[in-house]
Amino acid sequence: MSNHKPPVLILHATGTNRDREAAWACELAGGAPEIVHVNRLISGETSLEDYRMLVLPGGFSYGDDLGAGKLWAVALAGRLADALTDFVARGRPVLGICNGFQALVKAGLLPGAMDGTNRAATLTRNDSGRFECRWVYLQPQADSPCVFTRELTEPIFCPVAHGEGKFVTRDAATFAALTANRQAALCYTGPGGTAAGYPWNPNGSQGDIAGVCNARGNVFGLMPHPENHLIAEQHPHYHRGVTGMSGLPLFRNGILYAAGL
Amino acid sequence: MIYRVAVNTRAEMTDARGAALGRQAEALGVHGLERIAVADLYFLDGVLDEAAVEALARDLLCDPVVEETTWAALPLKGCGAAAPGELVIEVALLPGVTDSVAENLLAAAHLMGAAGLERAATGHRYAMRGEIGDAAAKRLAAGLLANPVIQSYAINCLIEPPFLAPQPVDATVEVIKLTGVGDAALEAISKDRRLSLDLAEMQAIQRYYHVEGREPTDVELEMLAQTWSEHCVHKTFKALIDYRELDAQGAIIPGSVRVVDSLLNTYIRAATDAIAKPWVYSAFVDNAGIIAFDDYFDLAFKAETHNHPSALEPFGGANTGVGGVIRDVIGVSARPIANTDVLCFGPPDFPLSELPAGVLHPQRIADGVIAGVEDYGNKMGIPTVNGAILYDNGYTANPLVFCGCLGILPHGSHRNEPQPGDLVVVVGGRTGRDGIRGATFSSMEMDHETSEIAGSAVQIGHPIHEKQALEAVMLARDAGLYTAITDCGAGGLSSAIGEMGAELGAEIHLDRVPLKYSGLRPWEIWLSEAQERMVLAIPPAHWPAFEQICAGLDIEATALGTFTGDGRLVLRYEGCVVGDLSAAFLHGGIPRRHLRAEWQRPAETDAGVAISVTAGDLMALLAQPDTRSKEDVVRLYDHEVQGGAVVKPFVGAQAAGPGDAAVLDLRFQRELGTLTSAKDADGAEKVPGVALSCGVNPHYGDLDPYRMAWAAVDEAMRNCVAVGADPDHVALLDNFCWGNPALPDRLGSLVKCAQGCYDAAVAYGAPFISGKDSLNNEYLGQDGTKHAIPGTLLISALGIVPDVGATVTMDLKAAGDRLYVLGETRDEMGGSALYRARGLAGGQPPGPSADGPELLRRLHQAIRPGLVRACHDLSEGGLAVAAAEMALAGGLGLELRLGEMPQGESLTDTALAFSESLSRFIVEVTEANAERFEAQMAGLPCTYAGHVSADDRVTLLGSDGSLVIETTLAGIEHAWRGHLA
Repeated sequence: MSNHKPPVLILHATGTNRDREAAWACELAGGAPEIVHVNRLISGETSLEDYRMLVLPGGFSYGDDLGAGKLWAVALAGRLADALTDFVARGRPVLGICNGFQALVKAGLLPGAMDGTNRAATLTRNDSGRFECRWVYLQPQADSPCVFTRELTEPIFCPVAHGEGKFVTRDAATFAALTANRQAALCYTGPGGTAAGYPWNPNGSQGDIAGVCNARGNVFGLMPHPENHLIAEQHPHYHRGVTGMSGLPLFRNGILYAAGL
Repeated sequence: MIYRVAVNTRAEMTDARGAALGRQAEALGVHGLERIAVADLYFLDGVLDEAAVEALARDLLCDPVVEETTWAALPLKGCGAAAPGELVIEVALLPGVTDSVAENLLAAAHLMGAAGLERAATGHRYAMRGEIGDAAAKRLAAGLLANPVIQSYAINCLIEPPFLAPQPVDATVEVIKLTGVGDAALEAISKDRRLSLDLAEMQAIQRYYHVEGREPTDVELEMLAQTWSEHCVHKTFKALIDYRELDAQGAIIPGSVRVVDSLLNTYIRAATDAIAKPWVYSAFVDNAGIIAFDDYFDLAFKAETHNHPSALEPFGGANTGVGGVIRDVIGVSARPIANTDVLCFGPPDFPLSELPAGVLHPQRIADGVIAGVEDYGNKMGIPTVNGAILYDNGYTANPLVFCGCLGILPHGSHRNEPQPGDLVVVVGGRTGRDGIRGATFSSMEMDHETSEIAGSAVQIGHPIHEKQALEAVMLARDAGLYTAITDCGAGGLSSAIGEMGAELGAEIHLDRVPLKYSGLRPWEIWLSEAQERMVLAIPPAHWPAFEQICAGLDIEATALGTFTGDGRLVLRYEGCVVGDLSAAFLHGGIPRRHLRAEWQRPAETDAGVAISVTAGDLMALLAQPDTRSKEDVVRLYDHEVQGGAVVKPFVGAQAAGPGDAAVLDLRFQRELGTLTSAKDADGAEKVPGVALSCGVNPHYGDLDPYRMAWAAVDEAMRNCVAVGADPDHVALLDNFCWGNPALPDRLGSLVKCAQGCYDAAVAYGAPFISGKDSLNNEYLGQDGTKHAIPGTLLISALGIVPDVGATVTMDLKAAGDRLYVLGETRDEMGGSALYRARGLAGGQPPGPSADGPELLRRLHQAIRPGLVRACHDLSEGGLAVAAAEMALAGGLGLELRLGEMPQGESLTDTALAFSESLSRFIVEVTEANAERFEAQMAGLPCTYAGHVSADDRVTLLGSDGSLVIETTLAGIEHAWRGHLA
């Protein structure tokens, strides 16, 4: 690998709080992350086109008022639509984690193009009716166009921490199309590949979908937090001698892809 | 024109909120509701055409995939009455209560082009089926869906849009005549204005104004009352106390009579001074205690309580309690990295009919408090990693909410020396009429009318403002932009600026304070405890840079005046002086209290009648609300954010076992690009971390508050060391919650407890670095009887873990391993879980263990090289409960021989299994390491008493080899986690 570290913009909206971990993940994966408040992009102080990859990290943007990620989506659609559309059209990778995923979906960037008024899917309240923090297994889907899960076969083990993570499509046809296009790049699974009933599917997502990409595969969002499992000591069974299944490969794939652009 | 928008979940979608409310209604005894449908209500006021309203409803307020919306201009035709068999309850915040959703809605609507929208408000509509009668409907409305302290509700009719009528600016300043006023009138002034000042204090104020030659303004008098409140100045802990002890018959015990010259100096600070650890950088001086972490970083730690607000408005009270302690940590220039919470409630099944008037049901309080903790911590992105929940009848009217926060700061980066000429800057949320007189309110006893008169004492949190203020402070700290910083807590700006300017003095323009709405009088602006505000001293040259940082983070900063250097606190409103106080009098003028304290030994009732136990006793203890799994609560808290949790709240094969303490790896707190770990001499990687734990057991206090203090310190130390902390590198926080200290018996037990704190801390070499007392936790019933809480001491421990790679969890690891019991068991069953479950009074609560400090050290020396595979401390429920928990967490059985436990005298099997003696552990060691482990523990009470088994049986064998308790993992699972299903 070359010494070239692709610059990664970690977008901080008011209320974002997992930006620093996302930056660490990108750094450990070989990128050069920088945390930038959305106001700096809006003011033009910083330009999105100077970056090779974009991460929308987790948190409670604008308090999740009016629905998780909704107001961030309004800000993106209202102030940065052109820059974002251009970034995506150039094929640069975009990763939304948890609140960032919610914002991408509600801005219409996932699973389709940016079309906020006729959305194909949403992330809504967990079936349990409450916020939950627990570790989950994520099975990568073979043959997905997603650049972040390319060639991943082993499950990823990492925590979820959300109250509004239930993935629902507008209708059965949309769900069928997502499945046919292999856009559901990560699905919840039980330990050892067993079926993912609650709590392994922690929120009641349709088809156990944990993460989806756009048709081209360069925009990807997921509810769980791969950035919270980067080193062995973070594994919940570390003290029982169990390690592995970290979230780092997702970031490595993204950075490698960005470096190759 | 006002429009009303309703957003419903579409019929074919799950209404998760409605389902959850249905469960809560059942728990509150409202039965017969079939289905609760929850709708969000929005009120939009301004010059809007229908197309604009339609666009906002469709594109901003509604999620089209799962929701649908209806809207109409007000007034609506009809009153919204429900169809037969239907019940509709609508709820809205009271006008003026912080509503962040409405604020954000306004901003987003403007961004989307709806420029005509002038103001917005929100509410909820609950529609349900079921005929439950008017009384039950009212109970549902006021007992679950709305809290009248901050919300209004309407049953089967439409709620009014909760807009605050614009109020004119009110510059009124009252002058209160004190000259020539007699003692009775002085006391009446204090009472009428709810100043909570006693006669001596009122007289001191009267003398001050006599010398000044004028009368006080309301601004000044209110400021003195807040500054001199128990909450702010801790006058009981600084008082002169005449103390004595009585025997059970009421005779004075010879030699027990003494004068305590300040509890704080005699027992708490004195312990820290005697221990004299060089790594303590700040104790009892700043908003939080500060210790060294490594060569680059320091740690700040603080715990607070928010009890009275949580009794009245559980969500808001706990929410702002968390927000407040986080600000304490920001107030020492640290980034918050972990929260802790210890909660004390009345029994969840407390009979509704026996609830005192004006008191919320314990389950309602618990639900609200837990939701408040969840909301603030999660939104701030701070992991909640350690805590406890306790239940006792004594907490029914007066719950306790302890909130702790740990922060990290680059070594030496906290500055606290304002200079003359520096600007006085407030950053964060705006000021409103919320939380007025909170400091004096929290220093009063509560009665059935408190909730009616104290509405304004409740603060409402806005964690996102605090998050952005935090980010602004971190940038300003690293750029060296401020010379001092403190948080705005109790007493508001009055307290924050008053303390920061205690030596310099300051001139403040109250009309510059940004307000949420107009109409606040100058004294209200000065005293308001509106949340999420920090005060900084900023040299004028740095002001533009600071303003720019704040603007970039969407947070407001305002310069209110300057630090002057003349020692006067001068307050102006629109140019006029409305207050002018000597800072020396404000902070030094309070007369010292002289109090009487008495502790009477309880009659020696030996409950030690020989009681025998069965597996049923163990199952009953495991199923107690105090002991059983708290997974339903703890998973509501994000414990993974910031990526540091190495020993998590739940440990073991199924992540279901209760970890003794949390361990945090701080590598991700460093600057990007520095992820390396120090190498020690032999090349092995060592990454230091921190452990957080707590100790609390109010049930020992009635028998002996001195021993209760020992038990709390010992438990916090045990928990911390069990996971891998170095016992010689642990700092403690003390939080006392007690009743009315003017009553000698309450104060007597407090003195006794403080003595125990000193002795235990010195024995363990663990200094106190910060603490707080919350007194007057009493409730005056309508029948005139006082209900004091059980005197409650929380000890929080912060331990340095030399190597996060050498940490230990409590789950059993492998069949065949040996189990050792460390520490001597004695007949100490007083206040134990077994006695309480069996309804037995008396007995001795656990006392100090002379071996404790050395035992902890040697255990740590065994953990460092990896000789310990699992370790669990013995606490509530003794050995039996600890063994069951270890087995369940590991998914493995075990066998223990009670007769082989270390014991001084020959004990019954019951005592061996259930006594709660201090300084004890169960430790799992491999056969291969047994010899090394035994050598490590040589000379201390440590015996090989059993082994881990491959089957699913947990067996305790008696001294004569008989079977005392035998159960299965499934049985333990059912008892300990059955309520989660």
